[in-house]
Amino acid sequence: MKGPERIVVVGASLAGLRAAEALRDQGFDGELTLIGDEPHAPYDRPPLSKAVLSGWLSTDHTVLPRVRNIDARWLLGTPATGVDPHTRQVSLADGRQVPYDRLLIATGTRSRPWPEQQGGALHGVHVLRTRDDADRLRAALAAAPGRVLVIGAGFTGGEVASVCRDLGLDVTVTQRGDTPLGSALGGVIGGAATRWYRDAGVDLRLGTTVRALEGDAHGALRRAVLSDGSVVETGVAVVAAGALANTEWLTGSGLAVDGRGVVCDESCRALADDGTPLADVFVAGDVARWPHPLYPGQLLRLDHWDNAVAQARTAAHNMVHGSRAPLAHRPLPAFWSNQFGVNLKCVGLPSLADQVVLTQGALDQRQFVAAYGRQGRLVAAVAVDSPRVLDGYAALIEAGAPFPPVLNATDGPDRPEPLDPAFPRPAVPAPGHPAHAAAPSAPSAQAVLAGHE
Amino acid sequence: MPTDPPPEELRLVVDLNRCQSYGQCVYAAPTVFRFHGEEALEYDYAPDPRTRRDVERAAAACPVQAILLGGATEPAPPASEGAR
Repeated sequence: MKGPERIVVVGASLAGLRAAEALRDQGFDGELTLIGDEPHAPYDRPPLSKAVLSGWLSTDHTVLPRVRNIDARWLLGTPATGVDPHTRQVSLADGRQVPYDRLLIATGTRSRPWPEQQGGALHGVHVLRTRDDADRLRAALAAAPGRVLVIGAGFTGGEVASVCRDLGLDVTVTQRGDTPLGSALGGVIGGAATRWYRDAGVDLRLGTTVRALEGDAHGALRRAVLSDGSVVETGVAVVAAGALANTEWLTGSGLAVDGRGVVCDESCRALADDGTPLADVFVAGDVARWPHPLYPGQLLRLDHWDNAVAQARTAAHNMVHGSRAPLAHRPLPAFWSNQFGVNLKCVGLPSLADQVVLTQGALDQRQFVAAYGRQGRLVAAVAVDSPRVLDGYAALIEAGAPFPPVLNATDGPDRPEPLDPAFPRPAVPAPGHPAHAAAPSAPSAQAVLAGHE
Repeated sequence: MPTDPPPEELRLVVDLNRCQSYGQCVYAAPTVFRFHGEEALEYDYAPDPRTRRDVERAAAACPVQAILLGGATEPAPPASEGAR
């Protein structure tokens, strides 16, 4: 059987690079093209909100290692603007057409911007997703600004606020929900995170949104007006309000896409908008939404580093060998974050849970493990400054172990006390805030399951 | 079997899901790896090539084998105009 002769990968970040390498590992010896909208060679994003912002690492020291030669044509700084699955061609912003026999879509996500009519175009309003974003924000923080405003207390918001405090900068964080990290981990664990913020000296405004960012006559940010009417004087605001999938370029392509991602099957094959899988278009990384047997009845999308790597490998295998023996992409989700001096690691999907229980340590001691259950089964675990315990929990989750789990941990509570994990209710607009505004909002607690790293 | 010479540039990445903060890398290559706080590993993805022996020792010593070194010998992809 004859394999593909031309493979095009759109998206030249972690998933795109690892897919290209895996294609060569799988024996693909045809023409390989990588297309990326950013001008830079593939780099890693997790350090941007930590070691880069703190000034320890410059962005040219975040470049990803290339693990093998791939003999590829690189088209960087060249956004793709469309694809025609019938003629099998990708259109580029510079007018070129790139033909393919197999296509991998790995265009990822971008930061949700602040609306321009509410001050989003002011100088001093930042997002943090790319190398260039990080260079701009690092320069702004290094210029010893007054108070920094961080909009959103998810993982990125917490990491930025944490670095600001390390740098000795005053920082205010607004969070629509009752706790930081509420949509990802629920209010019980979020309550512990509230103490991390407060102990670090962050001015944390819970249940509060930003009504508008206001500038001076020169277009520079000067203040934020909050939903409670209070005013924060600031020249630097960081919008950490979640991510949007980069799918606009696929509008009209006939693929099943929307603002949440590109739908594919377990084999990473893209679905047409009538639900049938395409044999020659594949999807991997943050932009992919797919059905996972551990989580029936929904489509999963993961903003996770290891998912990008694993899905890229599975897609690459199936692009080369898929018609004979397709692999299924069924990872156990996992992510991590470092903020306020603690290392947080998570396996499984906490946001599905109906109960949470402390299994090791204590919530107020910055070192603990909590397990999440759904309908009497273990579905996730989060470990704070306990990086060596999660393998055991991961095995229990994959085995469908009962909840609360039986662990016999020496640092466990005498008697497990499961609680409602206190996830925020979806789609409740903040008081005085119109529901349609693209203000910071937790990703709604439905099929889109955002994460971190 | 002949082996290729290692690439001139030194590049690495750590799988921080796999990392369990044992810190062996920090001992082996202290200018490349460090802890920020008790358990949060930070590292340089593109250290001085003269640290290669230390970094290779760090990768070998990692109890969970979370350190991946670059192996490509072909030129890095050309950044487009406008890249800094």
